[in-house]
Amino acid sequence: MANVERPLSPHLQVYRWPVTMASSILHRATGVGLGIGTLLLTWWLVAAAAGPEYYAYVQMVLGSWLGRLVLFGFTWALFYHLLNGIRHLAWDAGYGYSLPVANRSAWLAIVGSVVLAVLAWIIAYAWK
Amino acid sequence: MSNPTKTMRTPLKKVRGLGAAKDGVQHWWIQRVTALALIPLALIMLVALLKLATGDHAAVAAAFRHPVFAIVALLAVLAVFWHFKLGAQVVIEDYVHSEGLKMASLLGVTFAVFVVGGIAALSVLKLFLGV
Repeated sequence: MANVERPLSPHLQVYRWPVTMASSILHRATGVGLGIGTLLLTWWLVAAAAGPEYYAYVQMVLGSWLGRLVLFGFTWALFYHLLNGIRHLAWDAGYGYSLPVANRSAWLAIVGSVVLAVLAWIIAYAWK
Repeated sequence: MSNPTKTMRTPLKKVRGLGAAKDGVQHWWIQRVTALALIPLALIMLVALLKLATGDHAAVAAAFRHPVFAIVALLAVLAVFWHFKLGAQVVIEDYVHSEGLKMASLLGVTFAVFVVGGIAALSVLKLFLGV
């Protein structure tokens, strides 16, 4: 690290947040969140493999209001990481770099993920 | 690069194309391959889990007994944990700067991925075989 006092470039707090910056940070944050959520899904899988009694217990925990809140957050994170991941794949293929397109696709991923998560849960509740 | 005789990079180094990380584009490429695989796999598993969430244990057991669903679930487990390993590695390399702690975290993530991923895969197999 530098041991001389150098002028620093403006840091996070003085920027007007461009939506592309938010979408990039969200991609990493949802990635970390999904990693933790995967532990929860593995627990559910283990419970299903263990048998009806333990499965019923895990279902009760995950079905509580807190469990549902976490699982809904997981669903949103999955849709966001999925949509924004498709943005990344498009960039890798050389498309979507112009500012208007990048801004629009960022908003699309943010708004789209919320819409899809809500829609998925409405369908899940209606589909018994 | 204007004067090719002055370059310090040997032809062998160039042809290997491995760069400073010594593994070339391997990490980047597998992250993309698993990402592409996860688009259909994650969507199928999400729909299945949202359906199974409101059912009982018998419904879950019956779903995993089907070979196609069991294979999709196994592939999803493989792709998810592989993709997670690559992503977590980048996050650790970005934020953990002390060499010892970084190495320990990277090893921890690698071992955890194999242990937890193995448990998930074994659970799918157990459900598929119905034992």
